[in-house]
Amino acid sequence: MAEQGDTKVVQRIINELKHDDCQVRTLAMGQLTTIAAALGPERTKDELLSFLKDCVDDEDEVLEVLASQVGCLLEFIGGNEHAQILLINLESLLGAEQSKVREKAVESCKQIALVMTPEQIQEYFYPLLVRLNEATWYTPQLSLSALISTIYPHISDDKKSELRAFYNAISASPTPLVRRAASANLGSFVRVIEDEYIVSDIFPLLKSTAADDQDYVRFMAVETCIALCSKVSQEVAIEQILPFAKKLATDSAWRVRYMAANHFCDLSKGFGEATVQAEMVDIFVELLQDREGEVRSAAASQITAFCQLLSEDIIINTILPPISELANDKDEHVRASLAGDVMGLAPLLGKTKTLENLLDLFLKLLRDEFYEVRLSVISKLNGINQVVGIELLSDSLLPAITQLAEEKQWRVRLAIINFIPLLAKQLGVEFFDDKLSTLCLNWLVDSVHSIREAACKNIKELIEVFGVDWAKTSIMPKVLEFCDHPNYLFRGTTLLSASALSSVVGPEMIDSTLLPLVLRMVDDAVPNIRFKVAKTLQVMVKFADPAVTKNRIRPALETLLTDSDKDVRYYAQNAIKAIPPQAS
Amino acid sequence: RMAALAPNWRFSQLFGEKDSIEEVSEVDIVSAIEFDETGDFLAVGDRGGRVVVFEQDASDYKFYAEFQSHEPEFDYLKSLEIEEKINKIKWCKRTNDSHFLLTTNDKTIKLWKLNKKNIKQVSTPEDTGRLCFPSVTTTESTIVASSKKVFANAHAYHINSISLNSDGETYISADDLRINLWNVEISEQSFNIVDIKPENMEELSEVITSASFHPNHCNLFMYSSSKGSIKLNDTRQNALCDQYSKYFEEPEDPSTKSFFSEIISSISDCQFSGDGRYILSRDYLTLKIWDINMEREPVKTIKIHEHLRSKLCDLYESDFIFDKFECHLSADGSKVITGSYHNVFYCYDWQNDIVTTFEANKNYPTNKIKTIPFAQRNKDLNPETMDFNKKCLHMSYHPKQDLVAVGASNNLFLYEGIEAE
Repeated sequence: MAEQGDTKVVQRIINELKHDDCQVRTLAMGQLTTIAAALGPERTKDELLSFLKDCVDDEDEVLEVLASQVGCLLEFIGGNEHAQILLINLESLLGAEQSKVREKAVESCKQIALVMTPEQIQEYFYPLLVRLNEATWYTPQLSLSALISTIYPHISDDKKSELRAFYNAISASPTPLVRRAASANLGSFVRVIEDEYIVSDIFPLLKSTAADDQDYVRFMAVETCIALCSKVSQEVAIEQILPFAKKLATDSAWRVRYMAANHFCDLSKGFGEATVQAEMVDIFVELLQDREGEVRSAAASQITAFCQLLSEDIIINTILPPISELANDKDEHVRASLAGDVMGLAPLLGKTKTLENLLDLFLKLLRDEFYEVRLSVISKLNGINQVVGIELLSDSLLPAITQLAEEKQWRVRLAIINFIPLLAKQLGVEFFDDKLSTLCLNWLVDSVHSIREAACKNIKELIEVFGVDWAKTSIMPKVLEFCDHPNYLFRGTTLLSASALSSVVGPEMIDSTLLPLVLRMVDDAVPNIRFKVAKTLQVMVKFADPAVTKNRIRPALETLLTDSDKDVRYYAQNAIKAIPPQAS
Repeated sequence: RMAALAPNWRFSQLFGEKDSIEEVSEVDIVSAIEFDETGDFLAVGDRGGRVVVFEQDASDYKFYAEFQSHEPEFDYLKSLEIEEKINKIKWCKRTNDSHFLLTTNDKTIKLWKLNKKNIKQVSTPEDTGRLCFPSVTTTESTIVASSKKVFANAHAYHINSISLNSDGETYISADDLRINLWNVEISEQSFNIVDIKPENMEELSEVITSASFHPNHCNLFMYSSSKGSIKLNDTRQNALCDQYSKYFEEPEDPSTKSFFSEIISSISDCQFSGDGRYILSRDYLTLKIWDINMEREPVKTIKIHEHLRSKLCDLYESDFIFDKFECHLSADGSKVITGSYHNVFYCYDWQNDIVTTFEANKNYPTNKIKTIPFAQRNKDLNPETMDFNKKCLHMSYHPKQDLVAVGASNNLFLYEGIEAE
């Protein structure tokens, strides 16, 4: 058992479960496993669980933690044969007001179900579901539909038919939220129900959810369709599910169409190529031209996935025209969604067809006025390069990159910096030196620190792409110039760069080029610079020659140890501690 | 049960300061009244940011709970005070033994939970070296109000309405220029679904005055404007509902056109009937009842205090012309209530052309109730002697009975309708 000190700690946690402050109670509740471990299985079962039953009258934050912790107590009750005892604590949480509490309780129930034998499930879990179904208020029924799928495979046939009846009942509940939960979990139920009941039980449920008055019940039917398609044969799918899929994709409510559009590929897959071409293509085109921007956006994100089900001809003749129009869409988010996906068509069409049909589209998107569109194109350039080679785009690429590099919003500048190494690799060193190196150097003196930092990392990655020799002549001299800059922020840039470069330039360059500059700043007037020197030296120690470390770096750090500023002394001390024994 | 004929109305209860005092404390003035969906509970908000809840017990209402909902705040960025006055209260559908309600002031909406809590005494165990649990004893139970969610920072202008959706999950909040859609469980995010702010604020000519969801169709909501129009919108059509599905506005009668026409056409409140078939709207001088299927003209227009039409100039000078009166329908839609000045308010049986006038006067609460044919109303009211500082702006109709709650200054009056013999 635990020592005296440990006991005190655990007792404190136990007491905190009833503390006045809600935050304290929440944290204590998160340590139930610690308490259970200290108590041992018997006391956990007998005392802790009954104590916890009294805790369900508490704030939502506490209950959420309690709900997830109960599942974790499985290991501490002396064996899985006792698992059902935890269900008692979860029962009231399954009917909690807050959805997050119910969700965590359902998760814990699922964990418990995994370790139970079919007998246990039949004897203890099943009655729990019966009680949830018969509750006065509706919130327990919201958890019911999630749990039905969990225990269905493990119980006897007569109870299975009861559960199917429950599912039918909640799907017809007068409370919209209950119907919604039933609809949302129908996909999971489909996966566990026997084939013979698909027609008798599931299809009618699909029909009623797809016709429900509430939008959020209907749009769950999309997922049910997808789950059903993987369960039934293609013929049955075409006959029974296709009508609903089509109906949902052309629903009067944009949110339902949105769900269909967002999952269009998965929704269509099950019907086979012929049917997809005959029936689904037209609907897809309609969605691409939908009057609601959100729907068009969702459809655009599915272009590549859906086109994989189609023949080249259909793609070029039927899908491409509306896609080209989307490049002119007045809603910039639609265009951005398009840009993020459409590049994936290049591998599908092959080099010639891509050049003929897609190149103009890509160029247009690259020149879009909205930065997110341009950024999306650039992020997917890799795919293009495999197929057609990036040189074709380079004329338009450069203005696009330059514009993004100078965007007022610094997060946009940050995003484009992260692509530079990739672009550099594909465009080659001459292009880079010619056009992009100025940009990279400007970023080193950007007014935003995160940009300067990313720019240094960028230089390092460029060296990995182009090699140290290239760096020596082209970029390094300029980078290291800043060490004499009157503004301390830019002197700091040199240190950041030196830090970043240390890992790639090799010990010789560290000694000959980087170290002298860093050491020059040991007696800089600004303490921030001096402690950055200490931090930089700490990094350099990892990559420098041990002799260099001993003879040049250590003395410098020892000077800093006696600095007047305490932060400088602190970092110097850390750095010295980091010096490995062979270099001391 | 609803009475088939016009009921006999009688005064039932009076809450608040019962003595006639010279200075009414500003913070006690009633600013919002709302029955819950069963009518068993009644919530009243005041200018001091407090909410008092009453529970029905037989035919009377008794005090149930009180809490401080909003506090005065200061917006540092704009150097403006934010009043704690409760603008609207709406009850959520019952999910369990507790009650949930939404309250709002000009800027922030809050979700409150009212429930019976057992006050527990916790005694920490003695240190015996062996782990043990604190013992918990229940001492008494009391009604506790706790703030569950705060929906803040979503409105640049003053919030005038909140309305819960029949889906049980979402609600809208409206300010002068925008309407936002919320999920009751998510306070960090809301979606803007109507935005009538012009590009150039100099061109601003119209503001939103009220908004509400249809009681049965989860996708329909309406909002009224200061120009006298009501727009019915369908959230299924578009993410941003700037286009309307239906438009209700009665064109102006050219014979009564005046400098004040636009001001008095501003709709101060609009409500759906319980079955969602009718829309009731109140502007300064009239009540209009629209059939939702007929946009051409209202099915009924009721002139409330036509005798004030000649006094519009004075009312404008004194700002009274901008008073916002609420209006409500009975559950079956056969009766509508709205207020006027001098503590007078009216209950119109609009299909039979009968009106009951009430004067919510705490000195004579039981008198001053008269049921007469339309044509005879207001005959004994003299606009010269009317007290315009005494007005019945806020009221609510019980969802199941003929019972009306009216706020008059710092008092709450309850009137009950008894079936006619």
